Amino acid sequence: MAKVIDLDDVAVQEAEARSRYRWRVKVCSSTACDASGAGPARRAVEHSVEEQGLEHDVQVVPTGCMGLCSAGPLVRAEPRGGQATMFQQVDPQVGADIVERHVVGREDLSQHQLDENLPFFTRQERVVLSNAGRIDPERIEDYVAEDGYRALVTALRMRPRGLIETIEASGLRGRGGAGYPTAKKWAMLHDAESDQKYVVANGDEGDPGAFMDRAVMEDDPHRVLEGVALAAYATGASKAFLYVRAEYPRAIKRLEQAIRTAKRQRLLGKNILESDFSLDVEIRTGAGAFVCGEETALLASIEGQRGQPRMRPPYPTERGLYGKPTMINNVETLANLPDIIRRGPEWFRGMGTRVSPGTKVFALAGSLQHSGLIEVPMGLTLGEIIEEIGGGCPNGRTFKAAQTGGPSGGCVPASFRDLPVDFESLRQAGSIMGSGGLIAMDDSVSMPEVARFYMDFSQDESCGKCAPCRVGTLEMHRLLERICAGAGTERDLALLEQLTRTVRETSLCGLGQSAPNPVASTLEHFRDEYTALLRNEPVGVAHG
Amino acid sequence: MARPKRPNVPVVIDGHEVMAYPDDTVLSVAKRNGIRIPHLCALDGVSVYGGCRLCVVDVAERHKLMPACGTAVAEDMEVHTQSRTLQEHRKLILEMILAEGNHVCAVCVSNGACELQDLAVELGVDHVRPDYQFPRRTVDASHPKYTFDPNRCVLCTRCVRTCSEVEGAHVWDVAGRANGSYLIADLGQPWGEAPSCTWCGKCVAVCPTGALAWKGKAVGEMRHDPNLVAFLTSARDEGEWLDRETM
Repeated sequence: MAKVIDLDDVAVQEAEARSRYRWRVKVCSSTACDASGAGPARRAVEHSVEEQGLEHDVQVVPTGCMGLCSAGPLVRAEPRGGQATMFQQVDPQVGADIVERHVVGREDLSQHQLDENLPFFTRQERVVLSNAGRIDPERIEDYVAEDGYRALVTALRMRPRGLIETIEASGLRGRGGAGYPTAKKWAMLHDAESDQKYVVANGDEGDPGAFMDRAVMEDDPHRVLEGVALAAYATGASKAFLYVRAEYPRAIKRLEQAIRTAKRQRLLGKNILESDFSLDVEIRTGAGAFVCGEETALLASIEGQRGQPRMRPPYPTERGLYGKPTMINNVETLANLPDIIRRGPEWFRGMGTRVSPGTKVFALAGSLQHSGLIEVPMGLTLGEIIEEIGGGCPNGRTFKAAQTGGPSGGCVPASFRDLPVDFESLRQAGSIMGSGGLIAMDDSVSMPEVARFYMDFSQDESCGKCAPCRVGTLEMHRLLERICAGAGTERDLALLEQLTRTVRETSLCGLGQSAPNPVASTLEHFRDEYTALLRNEPVGVAHG
Repeated sequence: MARPKRPNVPVVIDGHEVMAYPDDTVLSVAKRNGIRIPHLCALDGVSVYGGCRLCVVDVAERHKLMPACGTAVAEDMEVHTQSRTLQEHRKLILEMILAEGNHVCAVCVSNGACELQDLAVELGVDHVRPDYQFPRRTVDASHPKYTFDPNRCVLCTRCVRTCSEVEGAHVWDVAGRANGSYLIADLGQPWGEAPSCTWCGKCVAVCPTGALAWKGKAVGEMRHDPNLVAFLTSARDEGEWLDRETM
């Protein structure tokens, strides 16, 4: 039997190891920065450290996402006890300069220095992403040094009921899109009677342009595992599945490695931390279907069946995986748990709004000065996110609308800048929070064209089970194509609206029910653009 | 759980109070009481699919429309099946189904005895508003006894469920996704070469359209027998073919 990890011991050792270095140079090695050349940059930094003979003074740490992806690759140089400096667009030459000129020569590299007092950084409140960009995700010691797995220790001394009560007091709601109260789901699985219960982590993030869950899984895999263990302990599950889309190979690799390490340290597996609680965790990968993010389709996929949803009720907490009670939580929801347990529900309630407490991670993209991954308290206004954090539209363009919630969401016009971004407010504005995609669009964009883009996605990703979604999305896409090409008629528009209602109200699962949202919301807020296209007039100001 | 002798769950459908068994769905209790709810994929004797969405009904206090075929009854449940909105939804859904395939009654073996055609009449579909898709689909006439014409297939999966659940062969299934979904025999080979097919013909009996038909039938000659499956399954459940002594 493997030896149980001594968290205090590991944390102390890790702190000592860190304090031996005068400098820690953190290189963002997340997928986005890697794509813009973080690999060669890191090798240049390492090479230069070696060349200068600074191996014992400077530690190079590959980390997860630092957030401002649009300025990547990012590097952060942290002197022991001093003020850290962040660098942007680090190519191999700049990487070498950081070591030779900044670390050794104490020079400023002004054109590559990034001001960390930008609202992009200061307006964020990082909980789920608190370790992303700060620790090496491949080392459990790094996570433990940041109080990792402490919540699990605390929880194992509590009754499962007490743990559910804590989550209930925190007001945590599911981060996958619908905002269902997490504690309610937990209580249902806890109360279900069965010889076998399952917990499933939903990491099948499929919205185009969304990468919140990827960051959590890649950059802080142990946080996800700790969250899964907490959920399983609270609900009485002895087996957990992590459902991760196959398009996230790095997340899968990191999670696999984290599971192995955690098992070795008795943080997962049999008799966790010498308690009576055992949990077996297994990864299942999706095969590339958006619909598999829907919980019943996800379960079918884990079982090896065709990834198609089925009718609810019965809900998975009654009859789920292999017919046993099952609870599905989004990865981001799970990643909130360790901090809630460790810092208490009141602390969590101190962030966000009364009905939507806590923070939300957004993949901020589109026509913005600063884009990337952000975590902000719920209830920040749309304007604050787009104009302050995102820095507004570049090239003198005017902010026109924000798209939230991906293909299941809608477009909120710029006149809603004071709209607080939380579950209810967005729904009232005709969109949804969704999993956290947030795309800013400027005045060059044609809104019917945006609707057409998302409808193209939905008609391709429909599973084909129910007629309104299978055929309706296809027909809606056809109509939108015609309207966008200036060949639409009043009759087409009327039919489009009728289809919007029928597909939304009669489809089987959430995919079909929400697929018309991009059309409905653009029709609500930008109807004049549709009618302009019917008159064959141009829409959206062309790029100059 | 055995059924009680008499239905004992009061349900109100379109203002009529009817009594349901505890294991009834809205569709089954409506059917027994002569209340017609249009439906296509639902088939007595096999599992619920909920794919055609024609049987959607309004259940009081539920914020979404529910398919009658898959909604369990509850005491004093109030159901509306014929509102203007529901009729509009059903009509448009049927139009979509008609637009998706190549449904040409005039040359179809099931003309005059087709559930899809009957539904069109019932729902008042006299023309189709969405664009016809005119898909290119190839007829499979490789089976010695039957033909499969995917142009007439509405993907209701009655055949899939019947073959899997009643015959136990699972010859049929759906491949592809979205509007690229199509019916396959075994691993996608011609039906006549599918080794798991027992030639039993139950799939043909339950097909609501002319997609699955007996060979040798000319236009309008095909007669399906969708009640066959319910007859078989209830006979099995009741043990009708077994010697009472050995039961």
